[in-house]
Amino acid sequence: MLGALIIVFREVIEAGLIIGIVLAATRGVPTRGRWVSSGVVGGLLGASVVAVFAGAISDAFQGAGQELFNASVLAIAVVMLMWHNAWMARHGREIAAEMRTIGVAVSEGAKPLTALAIVVGLAVLREGSEVVLFLYGIMASGTSGSALLVGGLLGIAAGAGFTALTYFGLLAIPTRYIFSVTSWLIALLAAGMASQAAQYLNNAGLVVALGRTVWDTSWLLSEGGIVGRMLHALIGYTERPTEMQLAVYIATLIAMFLLMRFARYRPQQRVPAAAE
Amino acid sequence: MRRTIFALAVLLVLAPAAARADDLTLTIKGHHFTPAELKVKANTRVKITVVNNDATPEEFESKALRVEKVIPGKSKGVVRIGPLKPGRYSFVGEYHEDTAKGVVIAE
Repeated sequence: MLGALIIVFREVIEAGLIIGIVLAATRGVPTRGRWVSSGVVGGLLGASVVAVFAGAISDAFQGAGQELFNASVLAIAVVMLMWHNAWMARHGREIAAEMRTIGVAVSEGAKPLTALAIVVGLAVLREGSEVVLFLYGIMASGTSGSALLVGGLLGIAAGAGFTALTYFGLLAIPTRYIFSVTSWLIALLAAGMASQAAQYLNNAGLVVALGRTVWDTSWLLSEGGIVGRMLHALIGYTERPTEMQLAVYIATLIAMFLLMRFARYRPQQRVPAAAE
Repeated sequence: MRRTIFALAVLLVLAPAAARADDLTLTIKGHHFTPAELKVKANTRVKITVVNNDATPEEFESKALRVEKVIPGKSKGVVRIGPLKPGRYSFVGEYHEDTAKGVVIAE
């Protein structure tokens, strides 16, 4: 039972972290509960569909279907995170100011939630399909299945608890800073996802250039342990990144930074944006 | 300049041949990998077909090889790895980590 709990918990950590960050980043938006939960529900439905068709997906594209699927899902999530951060760069300060002065929810903040709901949905989809497959395997094998199933469900509950921990941890940050903190977290999250997508393309045999290992820090922090996995989900920690992964990681951070700079610029005001 | 272009052209012709993957097979049965030790050539791309003969799905996972791949029950999946420096690279079946263990030896 404990084994099943740990396996499922490990799978849901990444989605849990992402949901926690999204909840913190949308603090003060009245409809966010609906958006985030529809992301979770959509992701779960998608995960079940993916699990059912796992065989077909795996066989597609000469056996590289699963890799291409994961790479696409990650790429879409990266684009959505960029969209969100660009939007926040433009409107975040007003929202934070309003939250401080009125102390109530902001009505205008509905726009970027589509992006974040999609990010939540995709995270749940990716991790969830593995959980669904694992739990299905338990049920299919029959023997002592119920104890394992309970373990699996407890693992999901632990994941939810972890989400809450992330969320309330981030809420401890003063309102003034919360959006810049979540923007940075989202930038690192996106960079990690992009580098992961690059590795999936390598596994698919599509982009094999720059495939040498840059460093090996497995002796220092194993990516298989809980801390390693959390850092992997949060900032894209990889114990043995390829040159391509490192390049993509840095490029994504630069792209995100430029995008946020660009979004902040307002032509109609004609005032240099030096007021930091 | 022209020599560079020529060298590039030669590389483009030769690269696919050099990059052609070695084909190996790994079988999962009773949540064990056979062979548990897989010898591969160092510094080449290697293609491993993982055949899952169990009814339950398995996730072939290796941080060392940078691979994470779900193989549904009674089916098979292709894992592409390398080029690897000589050494030992362990992998597991994540859903049955106690028994499903193996190592890729690049030499």
